[in-house]
Amino acid sequence: MTSSILELRKVTKVYGETVAVSEVSFTLRPKEILGLLGPNGAGKTTTIDMILGVLEPTGGEILIDGIDVMKNRSEAVSRTNFAAVYAQVPGNLTVAQNLKIFGLLYGVPNLKKRIGDLLAEFDLERFKDTKCGVLSSGEQTRVSLAKAMLNNPRLLLLDEPTASLDPSTAQIIRKKIKEYAANGTGGVLWTSHNMHEVAEVCDRILFLSHGKILLEGNPKTLPREYGKANLEELFITIAREPLTLEAI
Amino acid sequence: MNIRRIYAIFLRQLYLLRGNIPRFLQIFTWTTVDIILWGFLTKYLSQSGGSGLRFIPILLGAVLLWNFLGQVMQGISMSFMEDSWSRNFLNFFGSPLEISEYITGFVLAGIARSALALIVMILFTTLAFGFSIFIYGSSLALFLGILFLFGITLGIVAMCLLLRFGPSAEWLVWPIPAFISPFVGVLYPLEILPHWMQTIGHFLPPSYVFEGARSIISGNGFSMPTLLFGMGLSFIYLFFAYQLFKRVYRKALRTGLIARYSAETMT
Repeated sequence: MTSSILELRKVTKVYGETVAVSEVSFTLRPKEILGLLGPNGAGKTTTIDMILGVLEPTGGEILIDGIDVMKNRSEAVSRTNFAAVYAQVPGNLTVAQNLKIFGLLYGVPNLKKRIGDLLAEFDLERFKDTKCGVLSSGEQTRVSLAKAMLNNPRLLLLDEPTASLDPSTAQIIRKKIKEYAANGTGGVLWTSHNMHEVAEVCDRILFLSHGKILLEGNPKTLPREYGKANLEELFITIAREPLTLEAI
Repeated sequence: MNIRRIYAIFLRQLYLLRGNIPRFLQIFTWTTVDIILWGFLTKYLSQSGGSGLRFIPILLGAVLLWNFLGQVMQGISMSFMEDSWSRNFLNFFGSPLEISEYITGFVLAGIARSALALIVMILFTTLAFGFSIFIYGSSLALFLGILFLFGITLGIVAMCLLLRFGPSAEWLVWPIPAFISPFVGVLYPLEILPHWMQTIGHFLPPSYVFEGARSIISGNGFSMPTLLFGMGLSFIYLFFAYQLFKRVYRKALRTGLIARYSAETMT
């Protein structure tokens, strides 16, 4: 087993003339929560799609537990799971049905018990037999997170996981994910536009702009290193004037 | 291939079918309407015509077999559309699921769906019009086998169209059997067609089924090697349809269409 859970080596994605992601390289270590930040269109979701194997990189390599995603996608992806605001589970099946289907897809052992545990953990027991399409967006997000936790993935990919949650639920979810990273052997790749959340949750962050990594560091110390009061101010600077930051 | 993942795909279709009455009725509605329409037409032709042709077994049997093929195709293409409608591609293709498992799951759903439809059609044609499909004898198994394989092939081709051109290609998918039916002689012998249509017909496996069915009913039996040729042809088409889907899928991976399916095209 390799020391890094996820390793991207000079990953590039080009659409015609447009470079969406340019030679991005980074690693994710066990127990680490890595924040992938950047303005809209920076290449965050493109990067996640490539890690999941639903988008083929133009160049570079993506390794999950040392397994090349493009060469052995199924084996590599079986060690991951994900939750994203734009990928809710099918609304025409019940919560329990969806969890059963995804549990089978991810090869979860003792599936019935695991589903029961997750329904309790994400406060979804009363919605067990409710179709996901009639749940509120916050409840649907909780179902997506339960689905993402089904197989205790080594690599958990979360694309704005708390975007539609109320502050109280969002805090509970953040706590669960921090516990997941701290108590297990897995790592989390997290994207969010909530800079306070990122500062609270992430051990390390990467700033992506125009498909390139501009900055990397500790979210608590990085703003000061660049003369900014907080992460949000740093984010705004990068989003509006990435070149000025590159010059620092 | 992983059995649990194949079962997951099949189970999803089963849940969808079980939890929704219109979906369930959809399997029987059009086939039943077709059988009623053709049943009475053949009855009328039998009573009023003096041609000596046995219209009920010739036409009603053919309609039943053609509907079976349509149900197999829809079992595959509808399953794929369900994932399109519920925007589920990212969840499925972002999981360890492999393409071969995805399609095999759909084939199982297609078997269940077409078997249900076939049972209802057999009961209905027997009880309402006194036609038994077992008139075809042991050839029936081969007839159904050829139509089943070709139905899967058409279903996979439909998936290719949908994945390549996006949700708007649905209008192209529904009439696929109708586009093919004139060439395979569902209701008439191939020899009645112009030469160029006959040539196309000879390349389509269902032609051998319908020629065979008519031949059996007219008491001439049917050449087993010819039927086996039709079966072989079905396997070849199935192989190429699967290869085509893999190519279309690879292209969708390159263009990003799997993740952004609703955009219809990423090129």
